[in-house]
Amino acid sequence: MSIVELQQVSRHFTKGRQTVEVLNGIDLNIEEGDFLALMGPSGSGKTTLLNLIGGLDQPTSGSVEVAGRQLVGLSSRKLAQWRSRNIGFIFQFYNLLPILSARRNVELPLLLTRLGGRQRRRNADVALTIVGLADRASHKPGELSGGQQQRVAIARAIVADPRILVCDEPTGDLDRETADEILDLLELLNREHGKTIIMVTHDPKAASHARHTLYLDKGNLVREAA
Amino acid sequence: MKSFPLIWSNLFRRRVRTFLTLFSIIAAFLLFGLLRSIAGAFEMGVNVAGVDRLMVSPKYSMVDGLPISHLAQIEAVEGVAEATHMTWFGGTYQNPTNFFPKFPVQPRVYFDLYSEYIIDPLQLDAFERIRTAAVAPADLAEQYGWRIGDRIPIEGDIWLRGDGSDLWEFELVGTYTVRDDESTFASFLFNYEYFDEARIPETQGIVSNFVVRVTDPDQAGEISARIDAQFENSINPTRTATEEEANRQFAAQVGDIGLIMNSILSAVFFTILLLTANTMTQALRERIPELAVLKTLGFTDRRVALLVLLESVLLCGLGGALGIAMSGFALQALGPELEGFLGQIEMTAATTLSGVGIALLLGVVVGLNPALSARRLQVVEALRK
Ligand SMILES: Nc1ncnc2c1ncn2[C@@H]1O[C@H](COP(=O)(O)OP(=O)(O)O)[C@@H](O)[C@H]1O
Ligand SMILES: [Mg+2]
Repeated sequence: MSIVELQQVSRHFTKGRQTVEVLNGIDLNIEEGDFLALMGPSGSGKTTLLNLIGGLDQPTSGSVEVAGRQLVGLSSRKLAQWRSRNIGFIFQFYNLLPILSARRNVELPLLLTRLGGRQRRRNADVALTIVGLADRASHKPGELSGGQQQRVAIARAIVADPRILVCDEPTGDLDRETADEILDLLELLNREHGKTIIMVTHDPKAASHARHTLYLDKGNLVREAA
Repeated sequence: MKSFPLIWSNLFRRRVRTFLTLFSIIAAFLLFGLLRSIAGAFEMGVNVAGVDRLMVSPKYSMVDGLPISHLAQIEAVEGVAEATHMTWFGGTYQNPTNFFPKFPVQPRVYFDLYSEYIIDPLQLDAFERIRTAAVAPADLAEQYGWRIGDRIPIEGDIWLRGDGSDLWEFELVGTYTVRDDESTFASFLFNYEYFDEARIPETQGIVSNFVVRVTDPDQAGEISARIDAQFENSINPTRTATEEEANRQFAAQVGDIGLIMNSILSAVFFTILLLTANTMTQALRERIPELAVLKTLGFTDRRVALLVLLESVLLCGLGGALGIAMSGFALQALGPELEGFLGQIEMTAATTLSGVGIALLLGVVVGLNPALSARRLQVVEALRK
């Protein structure tokens, strides 16, 4: 069953009189439970595509159906609510809130749920345990290494139990060894927890952790066996 | 409020900046609490009134003064039972913060007219007999530790002595109390005759106003008109009113004090507004990526805007509450010092509530623009940077 279904998706940016056609008529199906690596040269539109799947952006034309919902035409408010339930985001530079402890960072998505304070804290601790950082719950991001910060970010992405994780170069800022740990963790989330993962990466070794790899080039997708 | 820890910790992102801002807000509201309470005391202190007493003042300005020769004419007006005069002395006892009203008066008539002032008859005799005599309200004497027989030096400012000195010395011969403790204007009184002889000759014979007791309080209006008619075409026209009205007119002039204080406060709040708005705008700019992350996580535009707005309301509300609380404490500490001349000074509920209201309003005004920017923030654009 497809959890992501893009049909003839185009995304153009207009700046002044110039129009940049970043994505041109993309068709893409991703099965639930897949772990997909998305590769391509810099500026090829990987992030743009990820933003469309994650409900952060709207296509110029085409249909974007994710987790059973047509995202095209949804209001910004509806999209926000949808994101909070269905998508976990992981970024290259972690994007944690520096003023909050790891636990409070992980707890953020739960502020949008009906859970009470104690339950929120418990869920945050469970998520931190899954990523192996239970003992750092009260540390602030500045007191953690890059790899640890990315784990916190992963905990934050999974704490509300979304079906899809969207990762934009999650290991781009990490050394090889730490990157492998993070990738192992993502694999675990895919295999053991059934998360569908879509990961943009430059790194062929990172892509090798995925089940499939797609290449994006000049606005078109090229499928290649993993 | 689930997001409270988030809002709260945002305030401490830049401790120094937050504390400086908070400190300014506290200072502004401390000033607000003090000035409003003092203005309130001015407005309150003027409700004292004797129903059967009229006050004859210069028609145009309180500072003009009237010739003492008016007294005989006033006494001759039909319906006037008794009249005397008072002169605002000004002056300083030891230092300017020791403020209490001082008047040279005609001892006997004055205490007749102000029948609510109670004095020992022997002391009143002494007051009349001794040239440099003075009497004081008992609580004032207690406050400054004066004993009967003490010499009390007052430095003159309005009235200088004919001998070139500005030092007036009085001998305390008695104290008086106020029945029902009604008046807040109980004053330091001394002998007019001595005052008049001793002051610079050109200024002799000038008094501030006349106090009149009428035979029939119901006729007060007509009697007032008759008194004023007497002087209408003289070079010193008068305006006569019941003591209550006169006090109200005094309050109207004092009202300018309220106006001045409000002007000061407006300036202060305007400065605080700019300062805090600047802080908030800066705080927002630094945080754009983080707000974008919150939106990514599913925080709606409205919710993110609200977080920013509440942060500003929290900061201003906190500063306002602390400032007002501090002014409450300050008034308790300073109150006894000031009460001598202003009557009861206290933080009223109205002052407290309006202070808190202004603080919250300040928070909204200051936070509105950053909140709207936060609302408009486009996630994708913000994350690209
Ligand atoms: N909001 C935008 N406005 C204008 N141009 C954009 C915008 N977002 C992306 N682009 C352009 O689209 C192209 C693809 O960007 P992106 O998706 O970030 O590439 P990638 O992630 O593959 O490096 C780039 O040329 C970029 O400049
Ligand atoms: Mg990118």
